[in-house]
Amino acid sequence: MLEIKNLHVELEEEKTPILKGVDLSVEAGSIHAIMGPNGSGKSTLSYVLAGREGYVVTQGSIRFRGEDLLELEPDERAVAGLFLAFQYPVEIPGVGNMTFLRTALNAIRKARGEAELSAADFLKLVRARAKQLEIGMEMLKRPLNTGFSGGEKKRNEILQLAILEPCLCVLDETDSGLDIDALKLVAEGVNIMRADDRAFLVITHYQRLLNHVVPDVVHVMADGRIIESGGAGLALEVETNGYVELLKKVA
Amino acid sequence: MAQARSVAEALDARLAAAEALGGSGWSRDARSAALSRLRRMGMPARRDEYWRFTDPERLVRPDPGSADLLGDDVRMAFSSTDCTRLVFVDGAFRPDLSDRPAAEHLEILPLQEAMSADIHWASALYGRLEAAGHDPVARPLAALNTALAKDGFVLRATGRVPKPVCLTYLRERDDADATVHVVAGILEGGALTLLENGPGAARMNIVMEVDVAKGAVFNHVRVQGRDHQRLTAAHVFARLAASSHMKSFTMTSNGALTRNETVVDMTGDGARATVAGAVVGDGEFLHDDTVFVTHGAEGCESRQVFKKVLRNGAKGVFQGKILVKEGAQKTDGYQISQGLLLDEDSQFMAKPELEIYADDVACSHGSTCGALDPDALFYLMARGIPRDEAESMLVLAFLAEAVEEIEDAELADDVRGRLEEWIVRHRR
Repeated sequence: MLEIKNLHVELEEEKTPILKGVDLSVEAGSIHAIMGPNGSGKSTLSYVLAGREGYVVTQGSIRFRGEDLLELEPDERAVAGLFLAFQYPVEIPGVGNMTFLRTALNAIRKARGEAELSAADFLKLVRARAKQLEIGMEMLKRPLNTGFSGGEKKRNEILQLAILEPCLCVLDETDSGLDIDALKLVAEGVNIMRADDRAFLVITHYQRLLNHVVPDVVHVMADGRIIESGGAGLALEVETNGYVELLKKVA
Repeated sequence: MAQARSVAEALDARLAAAEALGGSGWSRDARSAALSRLRRMGMPARRDEYWRFTDPERLVRPDPGSADLLGDDVRMAFSSTDCTRLVFVDGAFRPDLSDRPAAEHLEILPLQEAMSADIHWASALYGRLEAAGHDPVARPLAALNTALAKDGFVLRATGRVPKPVCLTYLRERDDADATVHVVAGILEGGALTLLENGPGAARMNIVMEVDVAKGAVFNHVRVQGRDHQRLTAAHVFARLAASSHMKSFTMTSNGALTRNETVVDMTGDGARATVAGAVVGDGEFLHDDTVFVTHGAEGCESRQVFKKVLRNGAKGVFQGKILVKEGAQKTDGYQISQGLLLDEDSQFMAKPELEIYADDVACSHGSTCGALDPDALFYLMARGIPRDEAESMLVLAFLAEAVEEIEDAELADDVRGRLEEWIVRHRR
């Protein structure tokens, strides 16, 4: 589903290399986790996947479902089935959460040549998804992410995921800033959305999210490269020993 | 010197026009009083501090210039609102195009009729709030209006007027110089919603004087029309008695030059006033909101909320002042003005001012100017919304805070819809 080859990325303004040859292959139905210390390039990878401005790919390629992902605008990537759950969801006062969700869903449907959803059908869909994820409808009546608590923002990301139904979900430190109850709710949301034709790329500092969302493959990233890959056990190893031992091994 | 001479000549030419009007009874007295005020003040010029961002030359000169008529089929604002519609064409009232000016709890007369009749409440108001509104800053264009106006309305709400009165200003000529004067008294316990829409005239000078009695309510929603080259100078003078409430909102799109002055004098305890505006301009466009709110009594609240979206060299100006007089304790004053520049050619200039002579007061003001937030744009696009549509959503969201100040939800939706249509028409 996702094929990253020898990806080199630098910051546009400072010309600082951030990713220095990332190789990663994610198959449909699987959950991959990427762990790594601060500054290892995890979040950069998620932004480059979603198409944020400010990064330059100097080498390598990303293919997503057979397409050259780097050729696509951010909205076209969403249409192609990619979803980034933001580490810091943006507050947009003046845009209603419900209006935003409906505009997004219908934009994607339209771009795919599908019929737009009527207001009534959309409401039905949102109600069903919100119920499934135990999200109160009052959160949908508020302006997008505005004044939301950290937990509410992350749950709103998962709700968007559940409504847009992407094939590849990149979760960028979705666990950061959450207490254990909020973390569990978010993890349950992710588990509900697991499917044979959907893959997850879970980016996290800590192992604790991976207790609730159990990955098939764990990658450790350091200094812009994936330095180690393994099963779910690798996350536990990192949790016990820290990154220091692993970093020594590759040095 | 050349400028000073041309300003003086302009004044002479326009005073001659006012003197020629003559009139009888109270209207003649009101006109001649306005003329003497105007002579004392002189016409405004760019060198005046109050006009430092906006050159008044085109508003002042004898020749109104010309403005092409907009021949498109964009519907008028409030076209689906149930209201008493009073139509002006090039500034002249046209009863043949209007509803009968009548409603429950409303006394109303065209200005021309009122001027030749002995209507004490109209004569007691006409030019009075305008005359009181020159201290500490002169507003000569308003005095000029009082001296020149032949058309307009005098109205008095004796109770809650059940539906809005809508003044619609249409155009037929490309060079009309219109002067419209509206006087409204809202009696104790009364309520009136006044709507204004339409392009006005090639050059439009409009003054509205509103006296809001104890506990009375005044709602004003104005949509200034879209003709590109039109010029407008508009003044609203409002006096608020105890526990009264006013909200005035203006949407402006297009127009070469617009100066909207709002002067609110809160004279009774516990009065509340909101003045808000949403402005969209593209290209040859200068829009100036100048607001002066005086807190002259205890426990009054005022809000000023202005948002301007500017592109292709459009200019936005905001001058807003809150004056808290001695003894006006427990004042709550708020003011925000924000410019959203969609390119580097556009400009937003703001001069927020507070002047406070009481010690138990909460006043705040803020002014910002910037581009669309790239993080917000990326967030929307990352959810599948194309760039154009995402930008429009953000522009509309920026304007929303001002539109929310409109009391009536249906009117607010109408304005929001018009803003959205404008934004879509003016996409890159």
